[in-house]
Amino acid sequence: MFRGRALGGLFLNNIKILVKDLNLFYKDFQALKDVNLEIQANKITALIGPSGCGKSTFLRTLNRMNDLFEGVRVEGTVQLDGRDIYSPDVDVVSLRKRVGMVFQKPNPFPMSVYDNVAYGPRVHGIRSKRQLDEIVELSLRSAVLWDEVKDRLFKSALGLSGGQQQRLCIARLLAVEPEVVLMDEPSSALDPISTLKIEELIQVLKQEYTIVIVTHNMQQAARVSDITAYFLNGELVEWGTTEEVFTRPKDQRTEDYITGRFG
Amino acid sequence: MSPRSAFDKALKELQQDILRMASLVEQAVYESVQSLVKLDVAGAAQVIMGDEMIDELYLEIEDKCVKLVATQQPIARDLRIVITGIKILLSLERMADHAVDIARATMCLSGHPLTVKPLEYIPEMARLTQRMIKDGLDAYVHNDVEKAREMCALDDDVDYLFARAFRELINCMTEDPKVVMQSAYLLYVSRYLERIADHATNIGEAVIYLVTGERKELN
Repeated sequence: MFRGRALGGLFLNNIKILVKDLNLFYKDFQALKDVNLEIQANKITALIGPSGCGKSTFLRTLNRMNDLFEGVRVEGTVQLDGRDIYSPDVDVVSLRKRVGMVFQKPNPFPMSVYDNVAYGPRVHGIRSKRQLDEIVELSLRSAVLWDEVKDRLFKSALGLSGGQQQRLCIARLLAVEPEVVLMDEPSSALDPISTLKIEELIQVLKQEYTIVIVTHNMQQAARVSDITAYFLNGELVEWGTTEEVFTRPKDQRTEDYITGRFG
Repeated sequence: MSPRSAFDKALKELQQDILRMASLVEQAVYESVQSLVKLDVAGAAQVIMGDEMIDELYLEIEDKCVKLVATQQPIARDLRIVITGIKILLSLERMADHAVDIARATMCLSGHPLTVKPLEYIPEMARLTQRMIKDGLDAYVHNDVEKAREMCALDDDVDYLFARAFRELINCMTEDPKVVMQSAYLLYVSRYLERIADHATNIGEAVIYLVTGERKELN
């Protein structure tokens, strides 16, 4: 099915995740309301909006992380490469391998740098030392961390700086070869230099991965993303190319938020 | 209180600053044409001296724009306000420079009565050009896209008059070598007025961008 269309000069026709009429309830509270969004392959989609608007909830629907919370009900469909991830025959573990996640605070395991990265591949059954060495180096290189840690691979990951820890978490994710990387405010706990390193890394990663990032930092969304989606009170108010959204948003509510006149 | 009230205040001040500079530029263009018509050297000198103040104001306001970009990271409409501000400032500054050019021509022409006929095109060009400046600024103040478009359409009339003036001045020069000098200066003047009208059109385009986010080339 060809769904190509021009969106503000960015020609989009490669949908990785298609979200249709998505509603999500926490018991009685409706956290997402009729969300429809196309997430493009090899593009960076930024989700922005005030606290409590549903953007992190939405992010978690993309790899069914919300399943972990009690009383959550999801309606509508989320298709990954055309297949509904909420259909009963989907194996959630392999889904989360394909759609990985990086969190706000770096959360390395209390083990060595090497073992952090090798953890996923080992869980998935890789035992060969040579193969693991290769995966660890490649993942650390992809996360632009290799040069900083190659001499301390077998020391505890907890001794790394916050920015390094976050890149380690990204390397750990890449080691299981995901297709989509979800990032929930990946640099909000980092200093400006580490933040820029993460942003640079995201740009490199999009060559191979589809990236969805939640950020509170408006300039970050403007700098790193190709597509921006604005959420408010559980609704997707507007989405479009980042250039469009940040120079001439269509909806006044988007304008008010991004220009800091919200609330 | 809006979370960005200080920024809002600065944006408002920016618009007022631009209008303050615009009124000086409008005045300079008007005086330059008046001094030419009357061959009034003192008036021309005043236009030339007054340009220093316009240049200072230009730098001062542009500086404010740079500071707003650096400290407030404007986006969306805010960004368009600042970018439009910079564009309008530049157009105004150029207009003032052309007013000085006209004043200089007046000084060169003074002492000899003007004998060439095509001088009649120049007051008409001046009238249209000044109307374009005024309408452009009105459109800016009121975010009036329609007015901006109408104003830009006047540029065709100015171009037409310029073409007429050009042909006739060339004819004058060909027919009577004695008027070559004054015809050449008047040719310059008509060119300056035509350029001022182009800058007014730029202001109109900036207003359309400010309001709609669309970039249109209207001349």
